[in-house]
Amino acid sequence: MNGIHDLGGMHGLGPVEPEPNEPVFHHEWERRAFALNLATGFLGRWNIDMGRYAREHMPPAEYLATTYYEHWLYGLERLLVEKGLVTAGELQTMRPQGSGPVKALPPGGVPTALRNRRAARMDDHLAAPRFKAGDRVRTKNLNPTGHTRLPRYARDKVGVVDRDHGVFIFADAHAATGEKIPQHCYAVRFEGRELWGPHAGPRDAVYVDCFEPYLEPADDATGRRR
Amino acid sequence: MSDQHDHHDHAHEHEHDARPGPHGAPLTDVQLRVRALESLLVDKGLVDPQALDALIDTYETKVGPRNGARVVAKAWVDPAFKQRLLADATAAIAELGYIGRQGEDMVVLENTPKVHNVVVCTLCSCYPWPVLGLPPVWYKSGPYRARTVIDPRGVLREFGVDLAEDVEVRVWDSTAELRYLVLPERPRGTERMTEEQLAELVTRDAMIGVAKVTVPR
Repeated sequence: MNGIHDLGGMHGLGPVEPEPNEPVFHHEWERRAFALNLATGFLGRWNIDMGRYAREHMPPAEYLATTYYEHWLYGLERLLVEKGLVTAGELQTMRPQGSGPVKALPPGGVPTALRNRRAARMDDHLAAPRFKAGDRVRTKNLNPTGHTRLPRYARDKVGVVDRDHGVFIFADAHAATGEKIPQHCYAVRFEGRELWGPHAGPRDAVYVDCFEPYLEPADDATGRRR
Repeated sequence: MSDQHDHHDHAHEHEHDARPGPHGAPLTDVQLRVRALESLLVDKGLVDPQALDALIDTYETKVGPRNGARVVAKAWVDPAFKQRLLADATAAIAELGYIGRQGEDMVVLENTPKVHNVVVCTLCSCYPWPVLGLPPVWYKSGPYRARTVIDPRGVLREFGVDLAEDVEVRVWDSTAELRYLVLPERPRGTERMTEEQLAELVTRDAMIGVAKVTVPR
């Protein structure tokens, strides 16, 4: 979706403000909001792409006026109701109307849950690659209302495949239905001037990880530029 | 618990007063809402508060940028490890025991005198947790996510990194499930340092690519 989360290239947001000796969390509620997100995520009712898509629905004005873990809280509340762990009434009153449909992750299960070694990667033989390193590609001009990982600034742009990362779960479909569709994911190099015009630095480039459905060949069969 | 609910209802009336401070100062409303949500989920048997404590403890005290610093220092002193790290970062990093969530598929980017890599996530906050821990607020903030792709040199200058014009800047936008770690240049004058001493020099910011590693005088 063309949401406020897709910030690449925006002006007017001010300087980057690093905080010296920043703590991991600034407030107790951030600790709890962080852990609630992980602990409920382990219940298996949604995947990481659904989690991101839920946060992307936060109204733009609210998104910009709130802090990071408030975005997580918004997404979590939305998913809890959408995926049937909590009813809308329970969320409104914060009073339980009965037990949840699944059992909590016990404390002893936390280390195993975090020692994940395979999340989004799939077997490479599940899909043949359409592109290889060095190929010139053009990103499609896609504007889906659903989840996508192709940022607006990198749509309808020509780049060169830097490397094929292998086969991964296609995020767009995974967010919509949970289906694990195997797709090659490529690091594509875009020159700064292709993305931003003549004022970009001549030696600046941006690499974007692109799922294969985002890409088409930049040249036709005879090698001519499309 | 009913006490918290009362607080929550009360908090609702003041929702429009909600404004974050400079570093996301807490809103009483948010504190109460999170507390009420945790109570609700615990009462429904969906979360165990001790599991929450374990998750928080892991990322607050056990996982952090010291892990990544050890990876970098080892790469500086062990050419064979460096080669493995650049060829298959996930496997090489796992040799040191750093595996898990948000680090399942790692890529290491080597900075050189002619190429400077810097990592961002314009769409959310993707970050290599097993080697760097959770990201700092600025990495997740609008300004960094908006500007790094369009004005990387400007952002780097604000961090104190002024690159010569002939240095190529490569910005890596973490748009899929690959997680990036920058291998910074080893500073001059560190030839006699041990791996442990070198690891002490390596900062989180250098491994994101917004700083260089320096030797304190």
